[in-house]
Amino acid sequence: MKEIIRTLTEAYGPSGDEGQVRALIEEMVRGVVTEMRTDPLGNLIALKKGTGGGKRVMIAAHMDEIGLIVTHIDKKGFLRVGRVGGVFAPTLMGGRVRFANGTVGVIGSEKWLRSNDAPKWEEVFIDVGATSPDDAPVRVGDVACFSRPYEEMGDRLIAKAMDDRAGCAVLVQALRDLGESPHDVYAVFTTQEEVGTRGALVSAFGIEPEVALAIDVTDTGDVPEAPPMAVDLGAGPAVKVMDRGFLSHPGVKQWMIDGAERLGIPYQREVLQLGSTDARAIQMSRAGVPTGALSLPARYIHSPSEMVDLRDLQGASNLLVGLLKEPIAL
Amino acid sequence: MLLKDLSEARGVSGDEGAVREVLLKAVEGLVDEQRVDALGNLICLRKARRPIEEGRWPRTVMVTAHMDEVGLMITGINGDGTLRFEKVGGIDDRVLLSKQVLVGKDAVPGVIGYPPIHLIPAADRQKAPDIGKAAIDIGAKDKAGAERLVSLGDYATFRTCYEVLDEGGLRTVKGKAFDDRAGCAALVELLHEDYALDLYAVFTAQEEVGLRGARVAAFAVNPDVAFALEGTICDDLPKKKDVSPVTELGKGPALTFMDQSVIADRRLVRLLVDTAEGLNIPYQFKRAAAGGTDAGAIHLAREGVPSAVVAVPSRYIHAPVSMLSLDDLDHTVQLMKAALHTMEGGLNA
Repeated sequence: MKEIIRTLTEAYGPSGDEGQVRALIEEMVRGVVTEMRTDPLGNLIALKKGTGGGKRVMIAAHMDEIGLIVTHIDKKGFLRVGRVGGVFAPTLMGGRVRFANGTVGVIGSEKWLRSNDAPKWEEVFIDVGATSPDDAPVRVGDVACFSRPYEEMGDRLIAKAMDDRAGCAVLVQALRDLGESPHDVYAVFTTQEEVGTRGALVSAFGIEPEVALAIDVTDTGDVPEAPPMAVDLGAGPAVKVMDRGFLSHPGVKQWMIDGAERLGIPYQREVLQLGSTDARAIQMSRAGVPTGALSLPARYIHSPSEMVDLRDLQGASNLLVGLLKEPIAL
Repeated sequence: MLLKDLSEARGVSGDEGAVREVLLKAVEGLVDEQRVDALGNLICLRKARRPIEEGRWPRTVMVTAHMDEVGLMITGINGDGTLRFEKVGGIDDRVLLSKQVLVGKDAVPGVIGYPPIHLIPAADRQKAPDIGKAAIDIGAKDKAGAERLVSLGDYATFRTCYEVLDEGGLRTVKGKAFDDRAGCAALVELLHEDYALDLYAVFTAQEEVGLRGARVAAFAVNPDVAFALEGTICDDLPKKKDVSPVTELGKGPALTFMDQSVIADRRLVRLLVDTAEGLNIPYQFKRAAAGGTDAGAIHLAREGVPSAVVAVPSRYIHAPVSMLSLDDLDHTVQLMKAALHTMEGGLNA
C-alpha cells in the first residue's frame, strides 16, 4: 500500500486536470476489475462485477488535489495566481509548486521577509525563473500543484495530496484484496471534489447506486490546541456521522460500525465541524442514495505536508473488503 | 439592429417574456423546432444540415445565452407613494442611487431618490449609502396614487437607451444588460449557418439568481457538449500595479479556463484556442476565476456535460449602462461558428 500511496501522491492532478492520476489508477486496477470507463467529466468508473444477489454499491475517492491557477504573467515574468479549491495563504510561503509540463516555481509574496503575517492573496506570486512573459514556460490558465517529496516516519506517511490520494490508495487496495463478492462494486475515482463535489454528482447519476460510500480524509483533534474533535491519528479509520454538508444514512453508518466490530478493526466515530466530501453529492443524486463516508484521519489537510497513518489506511481497506464480501442489509 | 432591441427589452430574472418575444421573431425560419419550457427557457433546435458520420462525437451541441438581466422587484408601497424594493441578482448598492428606472409592465418611469449633496453631512459622503433607506419615486401623490400605477411584485429595470459611440475605432456601443443580451445576439447569429451536428440554441431564464433555467434545460436537452455565451467582466481601465485586467475591450472574445461555477473542459478550450489561432481571430482569456455562468449548471446535468464559456467583454456590467465593442461581438460569432465546424470532424471522447 505504501508504494501505491507514494506513486499517487507524487502525481500531478489539480481539479479539472486529473488525467495523470487517472492513468496511474487505471494501470493499478487493470485485471482486477471487470470493466472501466471514463465519463464526460473525467471520472474513472471501475466496475467489479459481483457473483449475484448483491447490491449496486458505489465507492468514491477523489483524484483531484488543490492548486493555483495562473491569471496573469507580469512584465518581468512573475505569475499571479488564483485558487483552485481551498488553498490557505499561510501554507504557501517559500514553498514550491509544479505545473503539468514539469515547470517548477517558488511561491513568493510582495512583503517577503518583512512580515510575520500571512500574505494577502493579491500579494502572492510564483517565480518560475522567467524574465518576461515571452520566456515564461507556462501560460495563463495553467495550474500548479504543491511540490514536496513523499516521506515515511514509521507508520506516519507525509505527502502533498494525501487528500485524497490516500483514499484512492485504500480503494485500489480493497479492489485488489476483494476477491469474490455478491455485489456489483463501482469504484469511482472522482474529479473536481475540491471545487464542489462535481464529479461525484454526475457519476452517481450514471451509476444509480443502491448504497454508496465516500472515502476521504478528515481532520484530527490530536495536535496542540486543536479545536475539540474526537478523532486521533492512528486510532483507526473513522465512520463519519456528520460534517458541514452531510448527515450519514443511519443504516449505512451502522453497517460500517457492525462490520468493524465483527472484524475486530479499530474504528472511530467522526463529527466534523467544517468541510464535506463526495458523500454529500452522491446522497442527493436522483431520488436519493443511502450514503455514508469512511474517513481517514489526517493532519495538516490542504497543506503541502499532509500526514496520515498507514494503520488507519490498512484498517479502512480491510473494513471495505470485509463489508463488501457479505450481504448488505441496511 | 438585434442587439439594440435585445438591450432595450426589459427582462429581469423570472420575467423574461419581452426578451423572448424579440428572440422568437429573430429565430423565425432559422430553427426546425422551438419550445418554451416550464421555467421560461426558449429551446430551439437547428438540425444538422449535413449527415453526421456514424459513431462521431459530439453529435448534439447545446449553446446557451441567458435572457435575464439584474434588476429590482417592488416589495412595498410607502404612505408617501414611494416604492420599496429588493435587488434581483447581484447589484452593488452604490450604482443604484439617483438612477432612472422603469417599473412594471406599463413601464412607469421612476427614480431611485437620494438627497442632494446639500443635505448630506461631509462625513457621510465618505461612506457607502444605506440602500435600505432608498426608495423608488414615481411622483405619486400618495399610496393610493402609487397603487393605481404599480403592484407589489412588479419588476423594475434600469432605463437606458442603446447608443453607438466610437463607430470608426473600437465600434463601441453602450446599452442596458449586455450581460447577457450580447450572448443572445451572438447565439441568434450562429443559427444562420449550416452544420453537420444538431445545434440546440437555448436562451435561458434566471441565470442571475443562480443558473436556474440552464439547469433544467440541460437536463431536457441532454447534449454531448455545451457552450455558454456570455457578456463578461471587463475592467481595462488603468491599474496602479502590473496586474492583469480580467478582460480588455477590443481584444476579442474571452475564453474561461475556470470560474466559481465551472472548470472549463480542457478539450473545448483547446479547440477554441486552436480555431482562433488557425483563423487569426483575436481572442483573450478571462484572467480571473471570478463569477459564475450557465456552464456551471449545464456541466453537472445528468452524467456530466463537457462545457466551456465564450464571452464578449463588457464594461460596467450589473449596472445601468454597459459598454462593448461590436468587433468583439463579431469575433465571438466568427469563433463560435468556426469551432462548431471544427467539431464536425469529431473530438476525442
